[in-house]
Amino acid sequence: MNPFVIHTGQVAPLDRVNVDTDAIIPKQFLKRIERSGFGQFLFFEWRFNVDGTPIDSFILNTPAYKDSTILLARNNFGCGSSREHAPWALTDYGFRAVIAPSFADIFYNNCFKNGFLPIKLSEEQVDELFKRAESRENYQLTIDLHEQVVKDNEGLSYPFEVDPYRRYCLLNGLDDIGLTLQYEDKISAYEAQRS
Amino acid sequence: MKARTMFEKIWDNHAIHEEAGKPSLLYIDLHLVHEVTSPQAFEGLRLAGRKVRRPELTFATMDHNVPTADRFNVKDPISRQQMETLTENCQEFGITLADLNSPDQGIVHVIGPELGLTHPGKTIVCGDSHTSTHGAFGALAFGIGTSEVEHVLATQCLQQLKPKTMEVRVNGDLPFGVSAKDLILAIIAKYGTDFATGYVIEYTGAAIRKLTMEERMTVCNMTIEGGARAGLIAPDETTFNYLKGKRYVPQGEDFLAAVEAWKQLVTDEGATYDTVVEIDATQIAPQVTWGTSPGMGTNITSTVPNPESFETTAQRKAAQDALAYMGLEPGTPMNEIKIDRVFIGSCTNGRIEDLRKAAEVAKGRKVSPAVHAMVVPGSQSVKQLAEQEGLHLIFQEAGFDWRESGCSMCLAMNPDILSEGERCASTSNRNFEGRQGRGGRTHLVSPEMAAAAAIAGHFVDVREWKNENVSKEVFQ
Repeated sequence: MNPFVIHTGQVAPLDRVNVDTDAIIPKQFLKRIERSGFGQFLFFEWRFNVDGTPIDSFILNTPAYKDSTILLARNNFGCGSSREHAPWALTDYGFRAVIAPSFADIFYNNCFKNGFLPIKLSEEQVDELFKRAESRENYQLTIDLHEQVVKDNEGLSYPFEVDPYRRYCLLNGLDDIGLTLQYEDKISAYEAQRS
Repeated sequence: MKARTMFEKIWDNHAIHEEAGKPSLLYIDLHLVHEVTSPQAFEGLRLAGRKVRRPELTFATMDHNVPTADRFNVKDPISRQQMETLTENCQEFGITLADLNSPDQGIVHVIGPELGLTHPGKTIVCGDSHTSTHGAFGALAFGIGTSEVEHVLATQCLQQLKPKTMEVRVNGDLPFGVSAKDLILAIIAKYGTDFATGYVIEYTGAAIRKLTMEERMTVCNMTIEGGARAGLIAPDETTFNYLKGKRYVPQGEDFLAAVEAWKQLVTDEGATYDTVVEIDATQIAPQVTWGTSPGMGTNITSTVPNPESFETTAQRKAAQDALAYMGLEPGTPMNEIKIDRVFIGSCTNGRIEDLRKAAEVAKGRKVSPAVHAMVVPGSQSVKQLAEQEGLHLIFQEAGFDWRESGCSMCLAMNPDILSEGERCASTSNRNFEGRQGRGGRTHLVSPEMAAAAAIAGHFVDVREWKNENVSKEVFQ
């Protein structure tokens, strides 16, 4: 897994609550058996008309936001299906992090397995970021996972919480399976005791 | 010993390593696998040179892509490849697979319980959010992503942060004509789609104890739609009677011993939950959703809400967007909304009792000429049982399309898909934009409500169609 330490990038504001994983990556694209190549289908039905032409009003089709790497969203982002294709699509498209007041559990968990950082901030803080991202040209944030802080170049600085173990794994790009296999003795002992 | 909740007991029984500042290592008793979320996990094993640690604790089926008209004729080459990949992976790694030829095939959350793979006290995972269904038996069951599928295949364990606990106590009895689906839809409409994020719910109270196993599964299935990690219902005689004699359940003396152990799982007197929510079952009416989130629902006797009536700016905007997508005007009575399609099926409502309830409404009536209605049994064994009972004839005579088993139009990965603008009364679990097809408009309802809507061509209050005495006589 790619580590995440510090990232600076432009912010794309997606002003909707309850953005579900069906919207992030519709089911017709879940048939692929690969992990890669899902970015082209990200938010497909919001990005493209039925004839394949871009929907100009959608935020990611706006030229001003086309190079964004940080997604800003509202409550309960990633609700619905457990499909890990959702973080695969976001990262493959070029996003490195998503900021929202709350996330659905399974999506939140899946993000950490893919070097993709979901950050929870308060609704007031997210409101402020929406204002700035919508009113400034090329509004950039720096996300520092080591320091656990989100900053802009106007003096805004929001600390964020993240589970220490998830932070450690993400900072170091660690493979969960390898870590679990360190407890092979305990797994075997548990299996022996139950059989 | 400290009084513990059922969740805490199951957790303690499976936490094989706990250390401050780290997630617990939780042992997994049953891993269910399907074709959509597993190929990348098996590929990961191959790349790392790993094996499946406990193939005998792993059980696979194909359900999401399966065509329900001509199941062996998979026209979409990518769907076919995904199913063939599952077959190859199961062969390579020694996993039992209920494929299209198997009488056991069906939606993963329908076949787990009916084969008796699901037991009280087990930890159960699957790369599918509706794994919460199995919590109806008092199993700790939750959905995981593909990386975690690979993790469980390789280690039979998961690293898990301990969720908080919530009791949802449902007092009183559900009124006549009000179903388990209405109960869970009403709970989500009242508290929202993220009220239980970070929690495991235990459902308690008089109304829950009276539910059949299949009704309990409907409630636990949609628990994920309230944001919870899992939903649990304490096992009781209803649970034991359901499980007795099932293929993968201990038999004879062993079954009696298992029941004694299962009885110990229930929440101790004096144990506390992090949060408690109380619901009055007697106040619940049949539900219909009007929006694009499962929480956007109301009583059949009500009207489409005015977005201005919501408290926050975000809610008002969400309601406006939803009504625009759904093509609905505020103030429209719910029972005047006309429909084009009906889907009866899914892991929420594709079990035999669901089909019996829908058939009870359909019997002797005709589907509206303006509606195409389909019934998709949750599994091959549900289909077979329904046909033994003659339910398929009731449906076919009424003009319903009787199909083969699979996930079907719940998520429309197979050819069962809504066209742009089509409006569907659906017994499934999600009314998200585009879920049943791009531009398709989904209204979530119970099987009885869906069947009645098929006949009337619009939503109706099914309580007006039901006769308490007749239904007891015919369908018990």
